[in-house]
Amino acid sequence: MKNMVMSKKKKTFKFLKDKARWVRKETLRIHKIACETRLASSLSAVEIFSVLYYGKLVKFNAKNIMSKARDRFIISKGHGAISFYPILADFGFFPKENLNRVCKEDCILGGIPDSVIPGFETINGSLGHGLGVACGIALALKKRKRRETVFVLVGDGELYEGSVWEAVMFAAEHRLDNIVLIVDYNKVCMLDFCKNIIDLSPLDEKFRVFKWDVKIVDGHNVEELYMSIKSFKKTAEGLPKVLIANTIKGKGVPRLEIDSLSHIKNLTSEEAEALIMDME
Amino acid sequence: MQINVMRDVFIEQVYYRMRSDKNIFFLCADFGSPKLDRLKEDFKERFINVGIAEQNLINVSTGLALEGFTVYAYAIAPFLTMRAYEQIRINLSLHAQLKEINVNLVGVGAGLSYDVSGPTHHCLEDITIMKVLPNIEVFSPSDWFLAKAFVDYSIKVKKPKYIRLDGKPLPQIYNSVKDFKIEQGFCELNKGKKLCLVSTGIMTHKALQIGRRLSKEGIDIGVVDVFLIKPLNEALLMKVLERYQAVITLEEGFINNGGLDSIVLQLINKKATGKRFKNMGFSQQYVFDIGSRDYLHKLNKLDEGSIIKNIKTLLRQL
Repeated sequence: MKNMVMSKKKKTFKFLKDKARWVRKETLRIHKIACETRLASSLSAVEIFSVLYYGKLVKFNAKNIMSKARDRFIISKGHGAISFYPILADFGFFPKENLNRVCKEDCILGGIPDSVIPGFETINGSLGHGLGVACGIALALKKRKRRETVFVLVGDGELYEGSVWEAVMFAAEHRLDNIVLIVDYNKVCMLDFCKNIIDLSPLDEKFRVFKWDVKIVDGHNVEELYMSIKSFKKTAEGLPKVLIANTIKGKGVPRLEIDSLSHIKNLTSEEAEALIMDME
Repeated sequence: MQINVMRDVFIEQVYYRMRSDKNIFFLCADFGSPKLDRLKEDFKERFINVGIAEQNLINVSTGLALEGFTVYAYAIAPFLTMRAYEQIRINLSLHAQLKEINVNLVGVGAGLSYDVSGPTHHCLEDITIMKVLPNIEVFSPSDWFLAKAFVDYSIKVKKPKYIRLDGKPLPQIYNSVKDFKIEQGFCELNKGKKLCLVSTGIMTHKALQIGRRLSKEGIDIGVVDVFLIKPLNEALLMKVLERYQAVITLEEGFINNGGLDSIVLQLINKKATGKRFKNMGFSQQYVFDIGSRDYLHKLNKLDEGSIIKNIKTLLRQL
């Protein structure tokens, strides 16, 4: 029995890994079509998106997108969500053809997604809004005695916004344990490594003193991501939860992985194509 | 005729509505009112003081509204509108184009309500900066009776709104809900000849006072109180103004920059009426002077004497 459970888990992780690989490839394909998209920032979150959706950690119904029974997923770092498009298309939130026309006239998919796109809850693009809005949603769900979770994805550079910390304090004070905040801790801002701007470390300690339940994982390890988010859903009554996902900005593109300016770097069409071929 | 602080009457009315409507939340950014105590006590689960954190006030209100709640977000007007302007832009103005979202921003301290607190607490920009945002309504009542009546409108009309309340006790202007139509946006309080004062908020009290003074001299001026700055029934307002040869706008706000004066001037120009026009308010200067509101009005040529002088000059030119 135990072995069966183990092998089932192994299968799940293999599945998640394969999916993440496909999502990364599709993300590169989108960037190849639309070089305006923020590639590096989207690549650091590939495993996070993949695990949340293919791992069924986020409850959703693509046929009834606004179903009250859905978990709310707020992508506060909207600029880094190109890698979420293939997942939504895969689950039927919108026709897959859209992926071939990102940033083109008449396509619903732009460089920074808003709630005009099925699957996105809020207006994104300006940083520091998502967690506060999530607090309001989490309060509303509690008031209505609903058990859905509010997931929020923020970037680490976004944590410089003061409004994030207003919300961090609020969530703890109001015991919003139905919030799971995921920090895509890729350590690079737009112009430099975060540590050269304002060092955010020790980030886990910061959240702990603000009375949050904190977990740290390798944000590219699907098993770690899956297990920690899953266990979050069961534990720490009363505390909002934060998952600090250590990630690499530009993950999968060697030249971006080491570049302090990766945020604003584009790949040439040939470069993207070569990487896509590699993944096939 | 009762004298009341709009804020208190407004909150009391929200309180009554909260008793029957479980769908209402009241949030504040550490800002009170004598009438807030009972609301806080009786609706512990639906009253939240978010602390001195206007940005979060708007964001949390947005989240609640996205889940279908009617929300009042209450704070001092300049901090509510200007500290959290981008939150209002992104989460209310932009959102409201895609989704139904009923957040009512209740700002106390219109114009120079907080006279002696200085320019950080004065609010001379709010009409302009709030009305430029798409999908947001702007309400600027002149008395507590209007403010009270707006509560039911604010529940019914499920859009973001900015409610600009004066902070001082002011006498009643309206006596019955039959006296005005909120949707119309304005009310012609005095029908006059030749010249009309168009005002909002506290300045309507001054306009009425001037009207009384001048009628003793045999001069009948019109007084139009504009309370729903946006959306305003402009066609209907123009119909009223067409009867006059001259118009003076009065507002406790910056002029020549998109306030009430701009609305009226644009309207007049659109019709190419050739009317005489004068706008009165604050020029591009903050008010660092200390003193009562009347004193500050005098310094800034917004006192009755200065207004009457302008009226008479315009009348002479006709």
